[in-house]
Amino acid sequence: MTTLDPAEVFRQEASELFDALEGALLDLGLRPDDRDLVDTAFRALHTIKGSGAMFGFDAVASFTHEFETAFDRVRKGEIKPNQDLISVALAAKDYIRTLIEAPETTDSIIGDAILDDLHRLVEPDGYKPTEGHPVEASPVAAQARVGWQLHIEFDSDILRNGSNPLDLLDDLGKLGACFVMALTDDVPFLDELDPEHCFLKWDVTLHSDCERNAIDDVFIFVQDEMKLDCRPLAATEAPLAAMEMAPPLQPAGPAGDLPPSAPSAASQPAPPVEKKREESKRPDDKANATVRVQAERLDELMDRVGELVIAQARLSQLAAATDDISIKAIAEEIERLAASLRDTTMGARMVPIGSLFGRFRRLVHDLSRDLGKPVDFITSGEDTELDKTMIERLADPLVHLIRNAIDHGIEDTASRVAAAKTDIGRIEIAATHAGAQVLVTVRDNGAGLNTVRIRAKAEEQGLIAPGAVMSDQDIHQFLFHPGFSTAQVVSALSGRGVGMDVVKRTIEAMRGSIDISTAPGQGTTVTLRLPLTLAIIEGLLIRVGEGRYIIPLSAVEECAELSSADERARGRDFLNMRGDLVPFVRLRSLFDAAGEPDRHQKIIIASSGETRVGLIVDQIIGSHQSVIKSLSKLHSDVTMFSGATILGDGSAALILDVAQLIAAGQGLADKPLKEAA
Amino acid sequence: MNQSVIERKPEAGEAAALMQVVMLGIGDEVFALDSDLVREIIDPVPATRVAGARPFLPSVVNVRGNVIPLADLRVRFGMPKAESTADTRIVVLEIKIDGDPVLVGVVADKVYEVTEISPADVQPTPRVGMHWNPEFIRFITKWREEFVIVPNMERILS
Repeated sequence: MTTLDPAEVFRQEASELFDALEGALLDLGLRPDDRDLVDTAFRALHTIKGSGAMFGFDAVASFTHEFETAFDRVRKGEIKPNQDLISVALAAKDYIRTLIEAPETTDSIIGDAILDDLHRLVEPDGYKPTEGHPVEASPVAAQARVGWQLHIEFDSDILRNGSNPLDLLDDLGKLGACFVMALTDDVPFLDELDPEHCFLKWDVTLHSDCERNAIDDVFIFVQDEMKLDCRPLAATEAPLAAMEMAPPLQPAGPAGDLPPSAPSAASQPAPPVEKKREESKRPDDKANATVRVQAERLDELMDRVGELVIAQARLSQLAAATDDISIKAIAEEIERLAASLRDTTMGARMVPIGSLFGRFRRLVHDLSRDLGKPVDFITSGEDTELDKTMIERLADPLVHLIRNAIDHGIEDTASRVAAAKTDIGRIEIAATHAGAQVLVTVRDNGAGLNTVRIRAKAEEQGLIAPGAVMSDQDIHQFLFHPGFSTAQVVSALSGRGVGMDVVKRTIEAMRGSIDISTAPGQGTTVTLRLPLTLAIIEGLLIRVGEGRYIIPLSAVEECAELSSADERARGRDFLNMRGDLVPFVRLRSLFDAAGEPDRHQKIIIASSGETRVGLIVDQIIGSHQSVIKSLSKLHSDVTMFSGATILGDGSAALILDVAQLIAAGQGLADKPLKEAA
Repeated sequence: MNQSVIERKPEAGEAAALMQVVMLGIGDEVFALDSDLVREIIDPVPATRVAGARPFLPSVVNVRGNVIPLADLRVRFGMPKAESTADTRIVVLEIKIDGDPVLVGVVADKVYEVTEISPADVQPTPRVGMHWNPEFIRFITKWREEFVIVPNMERILS
């Protein structure tokens, strides 16, 4: 359909690599000793460099090369990563990203400055190895290095992929004089030999003063399909001095079966061990094979499935009306297939929320640095899955909430110490499934909301009358009021009073809701409740007068028959539900339904967040899989309905917006109070 | 039908002003709708009333899996309500609201034909003698010796 622009493919790939790189760098800030993280970061860099060069991003390749060279000392363990180094590395990552995405907006001066910083950090007063560091022998080896000893094993099906090992060996030969020995141990007898399999392995002695990177570059495009064992040749010829200061034992690698004191084991640096780790990881990577699909195609698929579900509902309705057993059987079969197809399609659109959380780590890191408030950032429930469109739409609200938490929630270090709290603040972001909803919470252990101040501000802005009786929860809702801010100082980050209302609007547009809970001195928790998907909901089909409507099942708490006592009590619009007073709304009068009401009215208790309302309807018809169709722009003035769906008979039914109906119910409930006052 | 559109296009290029229209009757009036607006003409389908909507957009209908609003222009033009007859049709239009294409159905008491009108017949909109808002009218023209109204659908519906 569309021709793939190779540069575009590279940009996409690079974008994923950047995420991996950023994640690894941020983790490294927390666990500086984790060698795996260094390797992950290094691998990402290396791939960016390699494919960048291939796709003609020369500036990217050369800068990344410099970055990589400097970072190599971290990989070798000569330098311990610290916060300064991480910050510079992140800046370098951002610079590379700009080089790829919008090269015209930047200048090589910026890159040079970053590299200067980097060199300053990795080469403090020239070169001074850390005392007692396990791999301090390697620089000696580097000086004395005359080449590399390689052991190469390709996956047996490498030939099928069109790679030619001999070409790669030729490329290796360009680095310097090579002594190549083919290992034929695994070659089977001729009658068993599959000519498409590669049974050969190679030992190569490369006499060259090239860097390890140069060797990796040769194999960069087959590195997932091979094992490469790479040792400096100097190992066997190392000067005596190196042996004496060498660590006592390096058990891994081919030299491991030699006695510990053997010279070849002596100055063996980390690479063999590290390579082993990579190899052991690869099978997992392959098990999670993925296919990249354009988002629009998934959307189209979802639309088709939606139409199928509607057609299937009509078929089921027809089948229910007939006596033909075979038609009924087919209808049931189609129903089952349509349901599983729907679930699979929705599953294909599900993305773990962790991909989103990853982005915030950088945000927290930068904010914490800029504001001088040390913050621990803890995430949990990263594997909770949400519809991809929702993940995208959640990003902005969560950014606002996290900014607020750090800027307003977390106190500065002095106040924290004064309040006998740990001097490092904590921001937790967590996702969990709760029935058909996903809860995303942003929790801080800061000062908590200042209810008095919010109230004072609300009174000042004329939102409430002074002295009005309100619950704390209602007062906190003012935070979502447009233009409402209690911050005394407007900072670059927050305090302008825009933001929280945007958060609320975005979440409500996704048919979600927001709760805030706070404890003075202990922190604030903001909980977002979101539906699993935007495309299809489980609904309760009801009838009011002649019209049929859908109530989202996730909002329904219980259904009951309206008792005749409640029915008669026209004067009050409250129900006694097991001791709780629940306001109710007569949908017949709200919708101006024609005709006589049914004799036995039903009541549906629906909830949104913490509030409940009773909805009085004529009949509860049953559950309904509702494919959501948004209402036309021409109907944007309609508030009681959040959308529409298509019923089995092909007619349209409206989906009730429970949050709005609750507001309507509360409007009714407030009236008697005002009259009394 | 597609073919006829294709055949007519060059013609429209030559006599730049000839305008292809769909003639439909609502109440006693005959309207000429620019055929570029018209997506399809369908038989009446059961409509679902939308409580709280503006009176001239009282309901929604399902047209090929899309839930679209159904406009009752009688209300907009202050005409009396009427029952549907064997001639009643729904004309599905695609109009632009704030730059976005929006589908909307319009109830017509009768759809006459697809024809062409010429600007030579255009009459100025009289300021008096009209019982409805002149903003709703693009211009008035003649068809079969009868005055027909070319309405401004964007105005009428928004």
